[in-house]
Amino acid sequence: MADRVPPNPLRAAECPALEVRGLSLRYKDVQALEAVTATVPAGSMTAIIGPNGAGKSTLLKSVLGLVQAEGEVRAFGGPVAQAMARIAYVPQRAAVDWAFPVRVIDVVLMGCYRQTGLLGRIDAQVMAQAQSALARVGLQDFARRQIGALSGGQQQRVFLARALAQGADLFLLDEPFAGVDAATESAIIGVLKSLRASGATILAVHHDLTTVASYFDRVLLLNRRSIAEGPVAQTFTRAALEKAYGPALFPDPAIRSAS
Amino acid sequence: MDEFLILSLPPMLIAALAAIACALPGNFLLLSRRAMLGDALSHVVLPGIVVAFLLTGSGSGVVMGAGALAAAGLSALFIEEITRRTGMEPGAAMAVVFTTMFALGVVLLETTGTSGVHLDVEHALYGNLESLIWLGAPPPELLRLTLIAAGLALALRLVWRPLVLATFDPVFAQTQGVPVGLVRAGLTGATALAAVAAFQAVGSILTIAMLICPAAAARLLTQSLPAQLAASLGFAVTAALGGYVLAGYAPLWLGLPFTLSAAGMIATLCGLMLAAAALIASHRARAAL
Amino acid sequence: MIWQALLLQAGYNAALVSLGAACLGAAAGAAGAFLTLRRRALMSDAMAHATLPGIGLGFLVMVALGGDGRFLPGLMLGAALTAALGLWAVQRLSRQIHEDAATGAVLASFYGAGIVLLTLIQGLGTGRPAGLETVLLGSTAGMLRADALVIGFGGLAVVAALWVLRRPLTLVAFDPLHAAMMGINPRRMDSLLMALVLAVVLVGLNVTGLILIVALLVTPAVTARMWSGTVSGTASLSALIGAVCGYLGAAISAGVPDLPTGPVIVLLAAAAFMLTLLVRGRRDG
Repeated sequence: MADRVPPNPLRAAECPALEVRGLSLRYKDVQALEAVTATVPAGSMTAIIGPNGAGKSTLLKSVLGLVQAEGEVRAFGGPVAQAMARIAYVPQRAAVDWAFPVRVIDVVLMGCYRQTGLLGRIDAQVMAQAQSALARVGLQDFARRQIGALSGGQQQRVFLARALAQGADLFLLDEPFAGVDAATESAIIGVLKSLRASGATILAVHHDLTTVASYFDRVLLLNRRSIAEGPVAQTFTRAALEKAYGPALFPDPAIRSAS
Repeated sequence: MDEFLILSLPPMLIAALAAIACALPGNFLLLSRRAMLGDALSHVVLPGIVVAFLLTGSGSGVVMGAGALAAAGLSALFIEEITRRTGMEPGAAMAVVFTTMFALGVVLLETTGTSGVHLDVEHALYGNLESLIWLGAPPPELLRLTLIAAGLALALRLVWRPLVLATFDPVFAQTQGVPVGLVRAGLTGATALAAVAAFQAVGSILTIAMLICPAAAARLLTQSLPAQLAASLGFAVTAALGGYVLAGYAPLWLGLPFTLSAAGMIATLCGLMLAAAALIASHRARAAL
Repeated sequence: MIWQALLLQAGYNAALVSLGAACLGAAAGAAGAFLTLRRRALMSDAMAHATLPGIGLGFLVMVALGGDGRFLPGLMLGAALTAALGLWAVQRLSRQIHEDAATGAVLASFYGAGIVLLTLIQGLGTGRPAGLETVLLGSTAGMLRADALVIGFGGLAVVAALWVLRRPLTLVAFDPLHAAMMGINPRRMDSLLMALVLAVVLVGLNVTGLILIVALLVTPAVTARMWSGTVSGTASLSALIGAVCGYLGAAISAGVPDLPTGPVIVLLAAAAFMLTLLVRGRRDG
């Protein structure tokens, strides 16, 4: 088992949070991922961008071993399976049954399963951990509401709180801003930036090219293969984007200004 | 030969016609992913028949058919209403409704002495195929099933195009002026009619095999809808005739002096055909459906 | 007679049977709560119907070995084997056709094979086949003390297992991906849940019968869910409703000759559901 390494930027710099080498995945006739290679330094905040069907969500899922892909993935210098306790995953919206009989606090407590296990009591300390995770996303007053009674943006924040309650230091997020209102978007990005400030690593699938530069410090451009990766300033260029998305796609001046 | 005409031909014809009547709507139930509706509707035939008899005192086929259709319509409404009012998955709503209706039918049958209609719980569970023999005149079920099968085939021919459109892409069909809701209700009605027709022959539960298996096997082995429909009819008739013959004669060939349940054998053959189709088409994944 | 049975005064055996049915109801209610949350309600129906050929085969094998064929554990073993085969068939077919269609096809064709075997047993006339068809609709009349004990303790064991597994089962039902992240194997959890449901089905064969056991799994669960906003609340209430329906149903059916137990229990559960729907319906709009 991997020890809980205290987030330490210096040590982190030696050992990347995530390393992907030659990751390939075929669904029947479709090559979903082809020899994807990427490195996510610890303490960084990386956006995965690319066109629809580029394999962005699939990349996250195969990193986590939720789908079986070929290739090598290492987290914190060891096999992912051994680092699972340090990794939190926030899925894309609408992956669950919203009428499910759970309250908001129950969902957040699900993030503490590794602590409570099969039969362990949910004691004051675990409860406090869940409450504070909920408070970080600004939903402390909603703890006893049914999950389905929340707005889409609030639900997304609950799932972020569940990831926070895990106490992870590598966060994988699948389109955290998809379909949420502006208030939720700013709440989420606030939480993510404070996580990075405390040494955590963030890797998020992201769709909105206009906000890449203000939200993230690194990008991974993906179109089944890894097209480019690196700091936003060097990598998020028009040339690289055209390579990923195809040439005819850039009427948006914001991107030119970003690059 | 005489014995064959009197004892075996009518039930064989009835089984084949029931299988045809079920396979026709079954194809479209399967394509619109409402296969379990056939399950639900075939269970509610029983209370419909019993209640119709209790209300009218008449044991005529038309009255009982009407009762069964009414029960089917009512259950379809219940299922939709419960799904809407509780937000539960349709499968669970169906399970609640059809088990309740079936239980109601059994309790009514056992407590009110409805035996005057030649109906008992065993018929609901096993069907009644072997008793549908030629006694001076053809059994009334034969004529009724001929009419129902022909009617369903004709209706299918008439609404073929809108039905295909509404099944494949309901939203697009709506924009093209196809009354999708009406088509859907019509398919529900046709399924109920087929389930009523098959009830006499094979009973409630085995009707499900006739509704689903031939269509599903055909779906796996064909690439176009007309071919699928034709294949499903072929499978349905084969299972009906083959099942009857096997049940009636296989023990005799083995020297055993009795017969097996024809309805059960037909359902078993239906299932084996589907299993064979699934193996033959094992390259074909569900994404194709 | 009914009142005596309800008040546990219709004799020691009848009282034991009613209490056994109550334990079964509790087990079915609790297992059904997790089953419906996992959206597998109808799969239990296919599994229940698929027990029939196993019962027939179990009987034939035991007769061939020289027994009278009515030994309950032997019948249950056969039932469990073909039910597991049916479940496997549903999953195998679901790779190629829609799950609903696979469920219906397996349900009906396994049941058909079972009916064929029952007529074969009747025709062979060996052993003591009389009453074998009570497994279709259930009958608690004349049930033996040992059977009632098996049903009661079997039900309690299922409830205990569900209590132990409640957290991982909830996680998997709510969000299987997240459950996998938490170190739970969702497939293994699903298999465990199906095994517990199979245990309920087997234990319930003599009480509700295989055709209607799905109602005892589903109806109390969906009723409870309309009252409770948490998984533990839903499962507990569902178990309570199931226990009350099982108890009353067995008692009523013991008091009225010819009335199969299964349909009575199902109608009681349906009444609870209808009342709930009137009081609590349209909650989610």
